[in-house]
Amino acid sequence: MKNVIAIISGILFGLGLAMSEMINPTVVIAFLDVAGDWNPALMFVMFGALLVTTVGFTLSLKKQSPLCASQFYLPTNSAIDKPLIIGASLFGIGWGMAGYCPGPAIAGLAYGQQETIYFVIAMLVGLKSAQLFSAKG
Amino acid sequence: MESLISYLPAFLGGMLIGLSALLLFIGLGRIAGISGIVGKILQQSESDNQANDKLWRVLFILGLIIGAAIYHFFDPFTLPFRQPPSAWFMIIAGLLVGIGTYIGSGCTSGHGVCGIGRFSIRSMSATIIFMLTAGITVFVIKHVFA
Repeated sequence: MKNVIAIISGILFGLGLAMSEMINPTVVIAFLDVAGDWNPALMFVMFGALLVTTVGFTLSLKKQSPLCASQFYLPTNSAIDKPLIIGASLFGIGWGMAGYCPGPAIAGLAYGQQETIYFVIAMLVGLKSAQLFSAKG
Repeated sequence: MESLISYLPAFLGGMLIGLSALLLFIGLGRIAGISGIVGKILQQSESDNQANDKLWRVLFILGLIIGAAIYHFFDPFTLPFRQPPSAWFMIIAGLLVGIGTYIGSGCTSGHGVCGIGRFSIRSMSATIIFMLTAGITVFVIKHVFA
């Protein structure tokens, strides 16, 4: 059951990314381009997603445990520390360069474009090397 | 700005993303952060438990690609790509995204959708920071060097 939920959840996520056009780097870059021909689409995507998660998460946490697991796995670190600031900054620079963040890039593999494949492989290499070089891993 | 109705697919797509995150949370008690899920797949498992825990993550990521492929199948006329930027440009961007999301413990989905969705100040801060640096990057590329 756990695995069925995981794949259905993944499919919904991929459908959502495609329908909202977040899979399209031009749309994302147009949102980030406040000084140019600004496209607010990403704002509506975030608004739609947050409408569901804010209400849904609050209600789910009233339950003792999830349906197919013994506990809710919530991040414990709440500090706004140096890694968060440096990491988020680096991520933002890469995101602004390509118009891709991890979800849309991976889902975008379905469109079979060469630049998507370059990006995803580099992203995996970056993630893995950060793990290897970090004491956190 | 165009009429509001043209943003309906964006809004509905966003709701689907939210629904996906909610399903994973209610079902498995897990946060739908793509960089975190991928990171855990890449990590060496130290116990059988950790190894067993990889399957749902792999299936979720597989679903992500299947979902986009399904949409693409029914709506094949939208080819949502700009003029391809150079390979090296995409590789550097990808490296920065991979390293940055690991150090910063999350990306647009984990911090942006799920983190803000549970009112985490840490995630809200991360989201503001990466939106800012992304905006500055786009400004520099499109308006300073262009």
